Amino acid sequence: MLAARVIPCLDVFEGRVVKGTNFVNLRDAGDPVEVARRYEAEGADELVFLDITASHEERAIILDVVRRTAEQVFMPLTVGGGVRTVDDVRALLSAGCDKVSINSAACTDPDFVRRAADRFGSQCIVVNIDPKRIVKDGKEVWEVHINGGRKPTGLMAVEWAQEIERLGAGEIVLTCMDADGTRDGYDIEITSAVSQAVSIPVVASGGAGSPQHLVDAIRDGNADAALAASIFHFGQFTIAETKQAMREAGIAVRL
Amino acid sequence: MITIVDYQMGNLRSVQKAIERVGGEARISSDPREIATAEKLVLPGVGAFGDAMTELRRRDLVTAIADFVATERPFLGICLGLQLLFERGFEHGEHEGLGILGGDVVRFELPRTMKVPHMGWNTITKTTQGPILDEIADGSHFYFVHSYFVRPTDPSIVAMTCDYGGSFCAAVRRGNLMATQFHPEKSQADGLKLLAAFNKIAATTEGSIQ
Repeated sequence: MLAARVIPCLDVFEGRVVKGTNFVNLRDAGDPVEVARRYEAEGADELVFLDITASHEERAIILDVVRRTAEQVFMPLTVGGGVRTVDDVRALLSAGCDKVSINSAACTDPDFVRRAADRFGSQCIVVNIDPKRIVKDGKEVWEVHINGGRKPTGLMAVEWAQEIERLGAGEIVLTCMDADGTRDGYDIEITSAVSQAVSIPVVASGGAGSPQHLVDAIRDGNADAALAASIFHFGQFTIAETKQAMREAGIAVRL
Repeated sequence: MITIVDYQMGNLRSVQKAIERVGGEARISSDPREIATAEKLVLPGVGAFGDAMTELRRRDLVTAIADFVATERPFLGICLGLQLLFERGFEHGEHEGLGILGGDVVRFELPRTMKVPHMGWNTITKTTQGPILDEIADGSHFYFVHSYFVRPTDPSIVAMTCDYGGSFCAAVRRGNLMATQFHPEKSQADGLKLLAAFNKIAATTEGSIQ
């Protein structure tokens, strides 16, 4: 039976894993390769590196991190953050990552998703969707935002997810901005609506504070995988404990 | 020495690194002579079937791979490298494959609630035994990412099955040829076990799978 995936996400800044909130008070949390190895030993199903290095000139650093990680860690590796061109995708894939995650560029240039999927295959093109609950004309809508939730795009989450699928993306990472960083749980309503509207896998992201939240995302949110950062980084829960809780809740996991 | 076929479809480096991790030596090559005369061959690959065949033809590798397989030396196909062995693929139209094995490569036709690509860790069931297969426990998890699967004409070559909205062929074996739909190089300990077993097979008849 296909297992629900548990995916730790590592923020990488200038070649180091960092912990912090909204790019403020960043604390060094170690060498990405070491952290990746630890998560592999704990039973992570995949890894996501989010490159939060601001400048484009520093792209070489993340490529080196990917190269070093791919030499030692034998599970799927996704990199997101600042992916804007087919050359960016090519460089990341040849450095050893398996999937590339596109965020802002998908909104500003949707055809980029199609070009990347045509060239490298849908299986390695992931699109990030960051919706926020907004009231427009007295009605709540789920509007997609870019630039870390600062910039509205006018796109609605469900329709945008369907468009992303049509353009050839192989997977969606859905980070609900209202829940992100709260540790109060994923936004189950939006996650479920998006997941049921598309036939490609959806990864729930934003808001995980306990193993129960991952259970909710898979069982009630119909997500295929759950991504989490802080609950693992701060040593609050291990990946193995989280998966055990999921298994006890009747979810198929790889233990 | 294991030779990994380079035809610009997918991440050869992860396959090479995984082989090195289990103590093997691997070189990446797109030279038809090196491939036809390799000791052991790995055909990896991700991407579209038609594009892959175009790339193999462009590099004169179709005959080289067929020549290699005809000698019964150890061969491992991975993901698209399994699918290409068959006669026909139906990804974006009908495309002729290498035709080394009889059968088609078809898309999952599943209820809308089941996602395609089939992506993630799934369990396998072994349907035959042999030196590589014996190293792998029934029910092991392997990492899959694919929208198409193989339908061999000869059911006796199916070595492992997997269930995703019904049983499909997860691995084939015929003599010294083995190929998997999943990615052993991305399947942590069990994947490395499979690659270690492949690496161990001597390129002689006494070390042959059958």
